[in-house]
Amino acid sequence: MKFARDTWLIFQRQIQLLLRNPVWVFVGVFQPVMYLLLFAPLLKPALNAPTQAAAYKIFVPGLLVLLAIFGGLFQGFGLIAELRAGVIERSRVTPISRLALLLGRSLRDVVSLLVQAVIITLLALIFDLRVFIGDLLLAYLMLALIALMTSAVSYGVALKVKSEDALAPLMNTVAQPVLLLSGILLPLTFAPGWLQGIANWNPFSWAVDGTRALFAGDLGSDKVWQGLSITAVLAALGVYWAARQFARSVR
Amino acid sequence: MIETRGLRKSFRSRAGRETKTVDAVRGVDLDVAKGEIFGFLGPNGAGKTTTLRMLATLIEPDGGEATIAGADLRKDPAEVRRRIGYVPQGGSTWDESTAREELVLHARMYGINKADAQRRAARALDAFQLTEYADRKCKTYSGGQRRRVEIALGIIHEPKIVFLDEPTTGLDPQSRAHMWDEIRRLRADGMTVFITTHYLDEADALCDRIAIMDNGEVVAEGTPTELKREISGDVVLVGLDLAATPQAAQTLDGEPYVNKLETVDEGGLRLYVDEGATAIPQVLRRLDHAGLELRSIELHRPSLDDVFLTKTGRSLRES
Ligand SMILES: Nc1ncnc2c1ncn2[C@@H]1O[C@H](COP(=O)(O)OP(=O)(O)OP(=O)(O)O)[C@@H](O)[C@H]1O
Ligand SMILES: [Mg+2]
Repeated sequence: MKFARDTWLIFQRQIQLLLRNPVWVFVGVFQPVMYLLLFAPLLKPALNAPTQAAAYKIFVPGLLVLLAIFGGLFQGFGLIAELRAGVIERSRVTPISRLALLLGRSLRDVVSLLVQAVIITLLALIFDLRVFIGDLLLAYLMLALIALMTSAVSYGVALKVKSEDALAPLMNTVAQPVLLLSGILLPLTFAPGWLQGIANWNPFSWAVDGTRALFAGDLGSDKVWQGLSITAVLAALGVYWAARQFARSVR
Repeated sequence: MIETRGLRKSFRSRAGRETKTVDAVRGVDLDVAKGEIFGFLGPNGAGKTTTLRMLATLIEPDGGEATIAGADLRKDPAEVRRRIGYVPQGGSTWDESTAREELVLHARMYGINKADAQRRAARALDAFQLTEYADRKCKTYSGGQRRRVEIALGIIHEPKIVFLDEPTTGLDPQSRAHMWDEIRRLRADGMTVFITTHYLDEADALCDRIAIMDNGEVVAEGTPTELKREISGDVVLVGLDLAATPQAAQTLDGEPYVNKLETVDEGGLRLYVDEGATAIPQVLRRLDHAGLELRSIELHRPSLDDVFLTKTGRSLRES
């Protein structure tokens, strides 16, 4: 009860601050729309897809997972600013739940990601993408779990390294191979065997496959439950680890 | 209210390739009574903030124990948190929030319900004369206004003890004087106030009792008056013409209230006495009897800096 209340308190505050910053809203929506409008048209020929809609079914899920990964991984920067301002220290002397300090922030990241996802899905609908609502909701659940995990990890790392200078290269080095090896932009079906072998060890690759299966309306596919379970387990681990960083001494 | 025994903390820091251990706090014993303003005086790096952060449950001590407002720091840090307020040295407000929002949020972090939190925020804004700026973003505040918001944050839940880490550093003399008044008001409300400072005059004028800290250790503890008296008594400076000085020295030497007498090269005497206020009239009378004319007489009370000097061999002003 106290934990739920504490989490809600932090979540509310973070959402309030987010909405106060119109630049974020603009960038958050503008960027994916650019991808959709300027990058996606190249895909139909590149993917050899029969229709534009078929190309979108492959590309949109990848784009959404990409947003979830990157949106989450770079949240740590905001936390470092809060550390510097003394806001975290001030919170840690109160009896508020340490898990709530993390989860309130990560949930804001999840919500802002889902808002982006909905906007992109709506736009894609204009371009003839068709998805069943149930499948779509499961896909959103997958995205939420990914964002929860990446933002929690980013917060945990931020608390450990405490400086933007260390966080930026670290997050970039993590994000790049993850991105390249997950088949996010183009499916790995085109990849040679050795590359696919490596990708099998990349949990995000499973997440992307699962999301694509859902967008393809293939709810029964093994990839769906596999992707969901892997991301759920990783999200739980990420949250657990990051909450411990909040509980431990900071600075 | 606060009782610590043997509190210790060391940090490992890396300078290039080698790791160095800094013993930031090496065995601190403190006893702070209810309702007093207790001051922690010491130069940069003395270990004041580290001690405070340990007492505020932010970092775990390497050794030693402490009881704070009746709760055991080691066994029950959660209870300690409920009973104390803490205002960090480097600020604690967020640029994009308003003072009112910060106060309401902070109260609610202590489990206070929304309506009550809003009431408390309004009251605190009023008490710290912040109502006028209450709904402006914190980044628009002056240093003094911002510091007042931070102190208000530290006491919004009416703790038994509040820790203020350098509450007046960076404030102009007028804002400092105001801040002292605010801090005295907290004491009047029955709160125990624990402040750190490296201003001698602040420790002297504001604090009921002080501990002088240097290099991770408490080197002296007591009321400012006690500490200064312990060092030496007062010094009376008697200004005389060079010609009159030897005779005056002869006259005053051996008087029962004069502990020690030195002549000043340019003429005049330096008298070490226990209590300047009673010594001066007697000095005046003796010199008058002897028909000696004096140019000036001055009472010099030992400062806390003199205390620091005798305990550490360095002056606080220089370090
Ligand atoms: N996290 C840390 N890692 C390494 N060393 C630290 C850390 N925190 C403090 N120290 C060191 O411990 C010593 C005591 O620092 P502390 O901040 O307690 O001093 P202070 O008395 O508050 O000084 P100031 O008046 O400058 O605020 C210093 O030598 C400082 O460099
Ligand atoms: Mg300090």
